[in-house]
Amino acid sequence: MDAHDEAVKPRRTPFWRTSTFRRLIRHRSFMIGLVLFGFVLSLAVFAWWIAPNDPNRTAIRIRFRPPQLDRVLLLGTDNLGRNLLSRVVHGAQLSLMIGLGVVILNAVFGVLLGAVAGYFRKLDGPMMRLADALMAFPSILLAIGIAAALGPSAWTAVIALSVVYIPRTARIVRASVLVVREMEFVQAARAAGAGDWRIISRHIMPNCMAPLIVQLSFIFAYAVLSEAVLSFLGLGAPPSIPSWGTMISEGRTYIREAAWLTVVPGCAIAITVLGLNLMGDGLRDVLDPRLKVEQG
Amino acid sequence: MGRYIVRRLIQSVPILLIVSLISFGIMKLVPGDPAIVIGGPSASAAEIEAIRKNLGLDRPFHVQLGVFYWNLLQGDLGRSLLLGKPVLEAVFERAPITVSISIYSLILTIVFGIAIGILAALRQNTWIDQVATTFALIGVSLPNFWLGLVMIVLFSVHLGWLPTNGYVEFSTDPWRWFRHATMPATALAMLQIGLLARITRSTMLETLRQDYIRTARAKGLPEWKVVAKHAMANVMIPVVTVIGIILSVLISGSVVIESVFSVHGIGSLLGNAILRRDYTMIQGGLLFVAAALMLLNILVDILYAWFDPRVRYDAGK
Repeated sequence: MDAHDEAVKPRRTPFWRTSTFRRLIRHRSFMIGLVLFGFVLSLAVFAWWIAPNDPNRTAIRIRFRPPQLDRVLLLGTDNLGRNLLSRVVHGAQLSLMIGLGVVILNAVFGVLLGAVAGYFRKLDGPMMRLADALMAFPSILLAIGIAAALGPSAWTAVIALSVVYIPRTARIVRASVLVVREMEFVQAARAAGAGDWRIISRHIMPNCMAPLIVQLSFIFAYAVLSEAVLSFLGLGAPPSIPSWGTMISEGRTYIREAAWLTVVPGCAIAITVLGLNLMGDGLRDVLDPRLKVEQG
Repeated sequence: MGRYIVRRLIQSVPILLIVSLISFGIMKLVPGDPAIVIGGPSASAAEIEAIRKNLGLDRPFHVQLGVFYWNLLQGDLGRSLLLGKPVLEAVFERAPITVSISIYSLILTIVFGIAIGILAALRQNTWIDQVATTFALIGVSLPNFWLGLVMIVLFSVHLGWLPTNGYVEFSTDPWRWFRHATMPATALAMLQIGLLARITRSTMLETLRQDYIRTARAKGLPEWKVVAKHAMANVMIPVVTVIGIILSVLISGSVVIESVFSVHGIGSLLGNAILRRDYTMIQGGLLFVAAALMLLNILVDILYAWFDPRVRYDAGK
């Protein structure tokens, strides 16, 4: 660490004592979202304890049992007698893993590409044209095309959805970098002899985090929704892994006589996405109120 | 204005070039030999060789790319492996269905999205606002294909109001078209209504705080006039910009929605091509849709510049 960095480095307050944290916990939407998302997250984390049995275990004798007040048959059984509660909580694992995978890839590559495009002006033009081209495709259609080409799997879904969303993240990062790089403290760092990468990582990026965090929370929500579409079309994880989209697609055949097979996984998706959207709204209000007009 | 249009068209050329490269590259993503994947497990070596030859996969990469662009310049997007006819012909056959449902959906989106957004903004922090924002939030959180299925159960199976699937052309029988298109269009519009209502609400709130609105009120204009004449002009700006995004989401959504309602438009054409690995159809279809959307977006931008002259000057800098 340089001497000048040591000198200007502010003393760090722990996050839970900052005003941002206080405003977040007072934000009603954020807290409702946190509860909803926390609920789904705990289903995923404790899936093996919550699920009454193996999500893939078939029991033809008890097929098509409707939801009832019973620890095991709470959500009923499907056409093969598989336990719907087990399948829903294990489906939560897959949805959240894929969502998280997409968020991580977006955080890494979106930031890297956005920072490079915003900072090195010569690369800006070509990189943004590439982003424009990727964004010219309807998002889910491109993801479906990539997933179909690569062959269905959970990893394919993560890669396909990341390719779709990274240009959007990179654009947002680039926009903040363009503003921050002209600020005086960046010029001061440059005058003090700091290199490009040091300026980007130490001085610019920490000041571009707010819109990025907001964007990532919405991307998590989109990723969960889009993963359901991919699995619904048979382009997600293989049938041996329970997935909400696959469950809806399988339940569709029996929608007249056993509507719960479709309704239950759909509600699971809706709760997760609603939770993430509410959290995203809260984060946006607290961290970056300027985005409100653009994103609604 | 003319110069703006020309500039906008020139700007789109490199993007279109990259878009076509990406479409071309999608087939190259197929792990291993696409001919084997297309042929399926039962294909003989001779059949696979025939597929390879037919698609030109036996030629070097640069020749394949050259042929792809040479055909593209002549308006040839390739021939569907599955349907045995040109991609463009198949797309144009199905386009009217998707376009008519999309337009219906777009109208629903604009009417309800803006109305709900304005209502929520004008009654900020009342129960009306609460209901409207909750509705909008739920709208953006529901998977549209699931919503379509739930609507089928509710309105077709239980209430028997609307047909479960199929499609009748508007020109054949407008009433039957309306009955068939309503559920797919609503399922598609739901997400966008939520999105647009949220944008309209926040823009309206922002606009109502502006000085010129205070001036308008101060000079004694009735409130409806302040909103309808003065505020609306500024509210419409972000609305126009998101129309391009809305169209793109509509086309995306049509892939699943058309499959849910057994409507045979571009969405189900592409969906089937993807599931049955008709790579030339995927390649050509994706390129067609992306190019069409780009042109629509340019059109939207031109309209936008027409309405808001500031854009023309900004873009020129």
